[in-house]
Amino acid sequence: MKQNVIEFRNVSKLFGNVAAVIDNNLAVEAGEFLSILGPSGCGKTTSLRMMAGFEQPTSGEVYIRGENVTGVPAFRRPVNMVFQHYALFPHLSVQDNVSYGLRQRRPRPATADVAKAVDEALSMVRLDGYGSRRTYELSGGQQQRVALARALINRPAVLLLDEPLAALDRKLRRDMQVELQNLQRNVGITFLLVTHDQEEALSMSDRVCVMREGRLVQVGTPRELYDKPVNRYVAEFVGKSNFFKAGEAGKVTSVRPELIDVAKSKKALPDGLVTSTEAKVLNRIFLGEQTEYRVASESLGEFAVVTPRKAEREAGAFDIGDRIAVGWRAEAARLLPDE
Amino acid sequence: MRIFIAFIYVFLYAPIALIVGLSFNSGRQAFVWQGFSTEWYGKAFSNPLITEALMTSLMIALSTAFLSAIFGTLLALGLERLKGWLRVLFDILIYTSIMVPGIVIGIATLIAFVSFFDLVNPVLEAAIGWRLQMGAWAVIAAHVLFNIAVVALLVRARLQGMDRSLVEASEDLYATPAGTFVQVVLPLLAPAILAGFLLAFTFSFEDFIIAYFVAGPDVTLPIYVFSSIRRGVTPEINAVGTVVLLSSLLLLIAAQWVLRRGDRTAD
Repeated sequence: MKQNVIEFRNVSKLFGNVAAVIDNNLAVEAGEFLSILGPSGCGKTTSLRMMAGFEQPTSGEVYIRGENVTGVPAFRRPVNMVFQHYALFPHLSVQDNVSYGLRQRRPRPATADVAKAVDEALSMVRLDGYGSRRTYELSGGQQQRVALARALINRPAVLLLDEPLAALDRKLRRDMQVELQNLQRNVGITFLLVTHDQEEALSMSDRVCVMREGRLVQVGTPRELYDKPVNRYVAEFVGKSNFFKAGEAGKVTSVRPELIDVAKSKKALPDGLVTSTEAKVLNRIFLGEQTEYRVASESLGEFAVVTPRKAEREAGAFDIGDRIAVGWRAEAARLLPDE
Repeated sequence: MRIFIAFIYVFLYAPIALIVGLSFNSGRQAFVWQGFSTEWYGKAFSNPLITEALMTSLMIALSTAFLSAIFGTLLALGLERLKGWLRVLFDILIYTSIMVPGIVIGIATLIAFVSFFDLVNPVLEAAIGWRLQMGAWAVIAAHVLFNIAVVALLVRARLQGMDRSLVEASEDLYATPAGTFVQVVLPLLAPAILAGFLLAFTFSFEDFIIAYFVAGPDVTLPIYVFSSIRRGVTPEINAVGTVVLLSSLLLLIAAQWVLRRGDRTAD
């Protein structure tokens, strides 16, 4: 088993009467890219802040590299953070921002060594020659990279990223996702990302923790979460899914829209389907690489179906009001607790 | 309407313009134009009474500005941590000390000092044969009283506009609380502190009312001007007035400039 760089042992955090984090046993493995995923108010940011040392747990312990750091303030913890709005020091140049962590060390490192480390860090985030700039002269993406360099130059045990891409526009966000992944592989530092964006979590991470109302719901690889969600909440939050009434009380049947077969008539459906029914097309959303249909059947009610472009080429697209046949294989349906 | 507005401005600024203009008068009489000259500036600044008053005023204004900048900043930082009714109380006290008319501060300070002196002077005289009395230091004390509030308000506005995550970022990068204060908080507050310093200097330098009450035997520039006017206005006084006016104006502009510049870097 891999060593844990950060470990929560039964950590809870209360703000007044409100529990932000409840009995949490989160563990970050050395060298991995881990994401904490959840909606706002699920306790993911509070968890991150307890790792950084900005908040202390109400009960339980925090371990970093096997050492109990509960109660240790932020400036004595070997982790660094990239803040949501970067928090670059406006009165300092880019290089003074980046070297800030090194300059706090006692004894002070030699000026030449600091300068060399700054150059390396800036080159790592592709900002060579930007050292003497002012931070407010830079674009959002560049500021983001300065924030990364400022944290990574210290070679932290874990790099904590608090929704770092939220402030960037969509195109830039995609680029930064790839860049973050590459950076993590190159520097070999453990990354812990907090996000509410499931696509971001799934595409970048080795493992994802899904949180809900202060508790860990499921931890696993993106594929595990998508294919084997433990309950309705995870299935709903990670990707999209349809939920149908199940025979058992307290359970639902979850079927991913892209796992549903569609055809013009029941006869045209492939063999080996456990469920098949006729349905009417209520709505059609063209998404480019795929098309999403909203359909309704008498036995199942309303649900969503996604067909890839390729299938359309063979069977043609459907129009609103068309009567079609839908069905799925046994392995497409998952019986999940309805919670 | 326009004529009306123009009239107001003439009404406001004509006397000031008149003083500036007449300070360059070459004649002996203050209000009769006899030709251009800067001789009164030379005369004013070689008059020992004027230079001594100027030095006293400068000393008072500088001390006031320094003390107000330090204590005002500390006050703002302390208030930042205060919550609830205590904070409301201090807010009220701050605004009150700015709004109270100078004459009230003057009288109040005078009464406070006199009763304090009556209390301690007999003891002091018996012990070391020396007694407390009014003077420049009392003026400084009274000026600091309301200029602390001026600085505190400026610094607090800047503190509230400051991104809290900057402090956290500094701590996250291993800076101790003291290190964070020196390397991040103080540099970010510097424009507000400097602006407060300049304002306090100006307010103290041009104050007549408070100084008149508590200056005792010491003579500040405004007091000198006031007392010499009773003997009639001379071009010399006009020259002094012009210099005071211009330097106050410059300092106020400087304070504004420092604040604006600071705002730009804070974003």
